[in-house]
Amino acid sequence: MKKAGGRIYTFLVFLFLYAPILVLIVFSFNDTETASRTVWSGFSLRWYEKLFEDRLILEALRNTLLIAVLSAAASTVLGTVAAIGINSMKRLPQRIMMNITNFPMVNPEIVTGVSLMLLFVFAVGLFGGRSLGMGSLIAAHITFCLPYVILSVLPKLRQMDPNLYEAAQDLGCPPVKAFFKVVLPEIMPGVVTGMIMAFTLSIDDFVISYFTSGTTQTLPIYIYSMTRKRVSPEINALSTVLFAVVMALLIVINVRQGRAQRAQKEDA
Amino acid sequence: MNNILSLQGIAVSYGKEQVLGGFHLDIRDGEFVTLLGPSGCGKTTVLRTIGGFIQPDAGDVFFYGKNITALPPHKREVNTIFQKYALFPHLNVYDNIAFGMRIKGKSEKEIKKTVHEMLSMVNLSGFAHRGVGQLSGGQQQRVAIARALANEPKVLLLDEPLGALDLKLRKDMQVELKKIQQQTGITFVFVTHDQEEALSMSDTVVVMDGGDIQQIGSPTDIYNEPKNAFVADFIGESNILDGVMLEDYMVRFAGQTFRCLDGGFGKDTPVDVVIRPEDIDVVQADSTHITGEVTNVTFKGVHYEIIVDVEGFKWMIQSTDFRAVGDRIGLSLTPDDIHVMETSAYSGRFGDYSTFSDEMDQDRQAEGGKEDED
Amino acid sequence: MKTRSKLLSAPYTVWMTIFIVLPMVLVAWFAFTDREGHFTLENILSVGQYSNVFLRSIWLGAVATLISLLMGYPLAYIISKMSEKRQSVMVMLVMLPMWMNFLLRTYAWMTLLEDNGLINAALRALGLPGVHMINTAGAVVLGMVYNYIPYMILPLYSVLTKIDKSVIEAAEDLGANSRQVFLKVVVPMSMPGIISGATMVFVPAVSTFIISKMLGGGGNLLIGDLIDMQFLGSAYNPNLGSAISLVLMVIILICMGIMNQFDDEEPGEGGVLL
Repeated sequence: MKKAGGRIYTFLVFLFLYAPILVLIVFSFNDTETASRTVWSGFSLRWYEKLFEDRLILEALRNTLLIAVLSAAASTVLGTVAAIGINSMKRLPQRIMMNITNFPMVNPEIVTGVSLMLLFVFAVGLFGGRSLGMGSLIAAHITFCLPYVILSVLPKLRQMDPNLYEAAQDLGCPPVKAFFKVVLPEIMPGVVTGMIMAFTLSIDDFVISYFTSGTTQTLPIYIYSMTRKRVSPEINALSTVLFAVVMALLIVINVRQGRAQRAQKEDA
Repeated sequence: MNNILSLQGIAVSYGKEQVLGGFHLDIRDGEFVTLLGPSGCGKTTVLRTIGGFIQPDAGDVFFYGKNITALPPHKREVNTIFQKYALFPHLNVYDNIAFGMRIKGKSEKEIKKTVHEMLSMVNLSGFAHRGVGQLSGGQQQRVAIARALANEPKVLLLDEPLGALDLKLRKDMQVELKKIQQQTGITFVFVTHDQEEALSMSDTVVVMDGGDIQQIGSPTDIYNEPKNAFVADFIGESNILDGVMLEDYMVRFAGQTFRCLDGGFGKDTPVDVVIRPEDIDVVQADSTHITGEVTNVTFKGVHYEIIVDVEGFKWMIQSTDFRAVGDRIGLSLTPDDIHVMETSAYSGRFGDYSTFSDEMDQDRQAEGGKEDED
Repeated sequence: MKTRSKLLSAPYTVWMTIFIVLPMVLVAWFAFTDREGHFTLENILSVGQYSNVFLRSIWLGAVATLISLLMGYPLAYIISKMSEKRQSVMVMLVMLPMWMNFLLRTYAWMTLLEDNGLINAALRALGLPGVHMINTAGAVVLGMVYNYIPYMILPLYSVLTKIDKSVIEAAEDLGANSRQVFLKVVVPMSMPGIISGATMVFVPAVSTFIISKMLGGGGNLLIGDLIDMQFLGSAYNPNLGSAISLVLMVIILICMGIMNQFDDEEPGEGGVLL
């Protein structure tokens, strides 16, 4: 009885979580001239065709991916290096660094966005040049991705036996080589997690991009402008495509993890 | 000059706390040297200074007479066995052992040969392709030894390497380590807080406390001729009494005057007197001058540990004969049972077993078993 | 060696100084100056005019946080009781919607809640009267709960799985029934998860401007909308916008300070240090 109740409850919560997504997907295949969002008039792929002909969307997608790749790469390198530095600090400076790191995570996104906008506009006032665009977007994205990288790398560093690095040196490795041969493989799971988080956060970000993009379009900004004016099932098609890509990625990651775990078990 | 290592005037401090100040130590080639002392005595700091992981604030480290103080760890011909082994978890047994040789750019053929030699030396043939996570503590320990020795070090540094093993395994590994040391002829510098381990394995024992060497000597010297109350108390069990050296070969303690084998202290000099519990003979109460009442008896397997109250001072005696609590017994001493030491800063801090109980014993062991703070 | 590795965080420190600390200084500076750059308190004082917007934001954010907690806790508890394999599947299912763009998810609710949307269509098909849902405060709260509930469930789940089974057995052993075990052991022990979940829902909810725009229509203006209007909207006034942002930050810091009062444990790894 109790178990059944739990199941029903779980089902209801997941229904709440997935119903809107399901609706989006279903209506992406709706064959309708009037672009109605709610009346079903037959199956069609027309909105997908339209989507892939839309040059603005493709341009926004290109920008989004470019920003995500660059900011994920930069924040991963900068953040990993910073985490190593923070980890070797004494208590008090470490605490100060962690507070600075946590700040953008607890600060409302809109305030971070607005403050960065002020910075870029102010910097242009001082030094000249173009203020808001790809450059400011990438800098802003690196900024909000960095804390996530640090917070996923730091625990791995703390778990690591500090003697490992010394053992590598003891066996003849110069310090930098010892880092790449021993420390990096150890903290790799944290680094990869941090990088994936940075990448997805960057792709998904709207609020901070909204304030720092100027006229540059990213996918979320474009979606926002679509929801504001004409409402077209192209959005539905776009969401379905994005969702399918994410699903596929997750499945691939899961299968690979499952395989690795099985391989480990067989080895044991 | 057959000193392989020489530490001269080493000073190390962590923040405001000075761990070593003007530390001197010479280590001869091929020796098995043990640094023995309680937690925080600076023994691990000495080891890490030799390994190059700590830059001393002052002083120099010499290796075959050459100053290597500024040399980074990866350029030193010494290797370390770390406390928790520090095996690389992302590499298997083979790759762990091959690590140092690959850095040096040896051929894979040569590496393969050495790895298998090393594995058979530590009795792990057939384990080459296991992951290190699948090994037991003792096996990990052996891999760590093989990994270090594959690098052909001139000196092997061992930082409490047996601390994480259970008692039985620890005894086996003691024998094995000693055997490996004799086979290879490599100088071993071994750090431990376990006095039994130190005595059974070493050629030379360095007893340390508070960053200073309290005594250096062979295990038998250290046990039989402790230099001060600290050494006497730390190594084995000791009854330590305040005494006065009346003249050479004549010492007065516990209200009696005894003949002894020590001399050269001068007339009427205050001294510390050490009597090992196993040296005391239990006799009839009326046949000796020292008599007391048994307050506690513990069966220890080979012998009984008997605590005797002699006019307020509690002696510990190890005897194969059983005595019941409440019995009045006599203690008999012969001159060679009595060891006289100069007084030191440690005088009066050790010796009486009045607070002794089994629980205390366990507490003390647990405390000693904690990781070295440094 | 140590001193050298400390230097590794120098680039990060420089970066954060330029892109986090400096911008905050600018916000404060703009908040206390007028358009000509002279010091003034006018901006801060005029924030008072918008107190109804602030109160509405805090109220709606708090309601959304409470609903998320009440809805999320049972689910997190149920998941934590499952077999390890099913747990990881369930956690993935909780996270999956977050991988779909936030704007799209909110947009999906528009199509559901509209007057001639799917829910009303379904009601009409059943012969029931339609309900006006879009552009109400309720719709805004729904959007907040929908978007941020995973942030509530995940920390709760991770705290609940870490509770040592033997602690629960000890409570049972000492005579507590399952209700008492839950109320006296499980809930207090999951307090850190409740705190961090509540923070992670409340902060974005109270400062959102998309949800209110899309689901609340014009009548449910929130602090976020107000700030947006001052920077990129019709009411362009960055000085006032900065003042509002500053007040918003202070309010959130106070709220989190109050919440952390309930959490007597040391702030843990990655936790919010104040």
